[in-house]
Amino acid sequence: MAKSTITFEDINVTVTVPAGTRVIEVSEKVGSGITYGCREGDCGTCIMKVTSGWNHLTEPSVLEDKILRENMAGKHNRLACQAQVLGGEISVHPV
Amino acid sequence: MNKLELHDSDGKPKAVMLSERVHWVGSLDPDLRTFDIILKSANGTTYNAYVIRGSEGVAVVDTVKEGFADDFFSRLESVADYSEIKVIVLNHLEPDHTGALPELMKRAPQAQLYISQKAQSMLKALLKQDEMSYTPVLTGDRVSLGDRTLEFLHTPYLHWPDTQCTYLAEENILFSGDVFGCHYCDNRLFNDHVGDFRFSFEYYYAHIMRPFKDYVMRALDLIEPLPVTMIAPTHGPILRDRPDRYVRRYRQLSSPSLASEISCDQKTLLIFYISSYGNTRRMAEAVYAGAMQVPDVRVSLYDLEGGEVDPFVDLIEEADGLIFGTPTINGDAVKPIWDLLSSLTVINIKTKLGGVFGSYGWTGEGVPLVEDRLRGLKMRVPIPGLRVKLIPTDEEIQACHDFGLELAKELMGLRSQKVLNFADLA
Repeated sequence: MAKSTITFEDINVTVTVPAGTRVIEVSEKVGSGITYGCREGDCGTCIMKVTSGWNHLTEPSVLEDKILRENMAGKHNRLACQAQVLGGEISVHPV
Repeated sequence: MNKLELHDSDGKPKAVMLSERVHWVGSLDPDLRTFDIILKSANGTTYNAYVIRGSEGVAVVDTVKEGFADDFFSRLESVADYSEIKVIVLNHLEPDHTGALPELMKRAPQAQLYISQKAQSMLKALLKQDEMSYTPVLTGDRVSLGDRTLEFLHTPYLHWPDTQCTYLAEENILFSGDVFGCHYCDNRLFNDHVGDFRFSFEYYYAHIMRPFKDYVMRALDLIEPLPVTMIAPTHGPILRDRPDRYVRRYRQLSSPSLASEISCDQKTLLIFYISSYGNTRRMAEAVYAGAMQVPDVRVSLYDLEGGEVDPFVDLIEEADGLIFGTPTINGDAVKPIWDLLSSLTVINIKTKLGGVFGSYGWTGEGVPLVEDRLRGLKMRVPIPGLRVKLIPTDEEIQACHDFGLELAKELMGLRSQKVLNFADLA
């Protein structure tokens, strides 16, 4: 199975994860500062900044795009409860 | 002496002249005592709105709170016909400035509305109208009224994402929105006529602008180069006597002060604790001793029992790292900790380093609850909280020492990156 690494810059922790893992599954376990509300892509609480490896995450869905726009999210921001890793190296931090 | 006529001979509210082409058409609210839940006012406030007349049309800059719309419309009608209004500018969409907008747009349907880029989604959410025509603007955008021109300055987060300022270049007047405003109601309107409003000005800054100091500095970078002979804010006195003083004061209030006390390669770490039987205190002292081992970390240890919240908030604002020690009583952290942690909305603590420790008797929920709060405040909490059941052993005291040491190292970027495997995570 394809492997990927995701680095949580706020706590300086890198985790090796299988492709398909959602960021939420990892961030809470390692204690990153990304916070969660609804956990289903509706509230925008878990907006995170992807500082590198943007292309190694699944494309945002139409619904995620809508929530990001409504929350005035910046460039390369994603919802941690929706984004899934595809491979390669990714770095994120809370917004 | 100094009394302005805010009403005509029939008692009807009338506009007040700022210049031949600019009038105040706002409303007085002397009975307001609490604003936005977080602010008090001992003598009310004003909702300032302005009318600008150009050779090719009239502009209205901001409106008033809905319940005060009658005065606004009456004053507006005293200097302009609705058919002349070509432009409506909203510098800020909070309801105390947009309350009269729907009615104004009905009375002047031909007027084009100008709002900031970031105001677009708010406009829809506030007015619940999908079919609204408006023009979003950024710094450098202009709208002409013939011989008068409005220029927009993008000044976000002062104090909402949407906020902007509008500059009337031909008269050097800055319509600043809530920036440079205050809750102070005086029917003499101008800063050279009203009573002493210094406290209100500072208090307003401290509660409204202080959390956004970085944005204030960026806005000042845009404002300071402009020749400004009058600042016309949306609340409080109109600043026509030496307006530059207020701009300088904003710069002063927004500039870091700790930088003059420590060298640029040092960082500050504050440890706050409270203890009922001395156990959390012993832990705090060990955390303090551990943190002190790291060069260039200026560590302070504070017992919350011996201090008050406001000065601690001042310290926290400029600190780089914060560690909290709390016992657990009846399944919760204790009130002095929550009192401090619920008082931080007036400052920006995002991305500061955080850590939590504490002694407990039964179940120890206090530490994880405070950790969650720190994460909710968008702080970094890289090291799991440290809990000790009742009296700490020598080993546990050593663990506290190491906890402080590691947090101080983290603060200085001295900890190596941790690499984990997903399958090994609990």
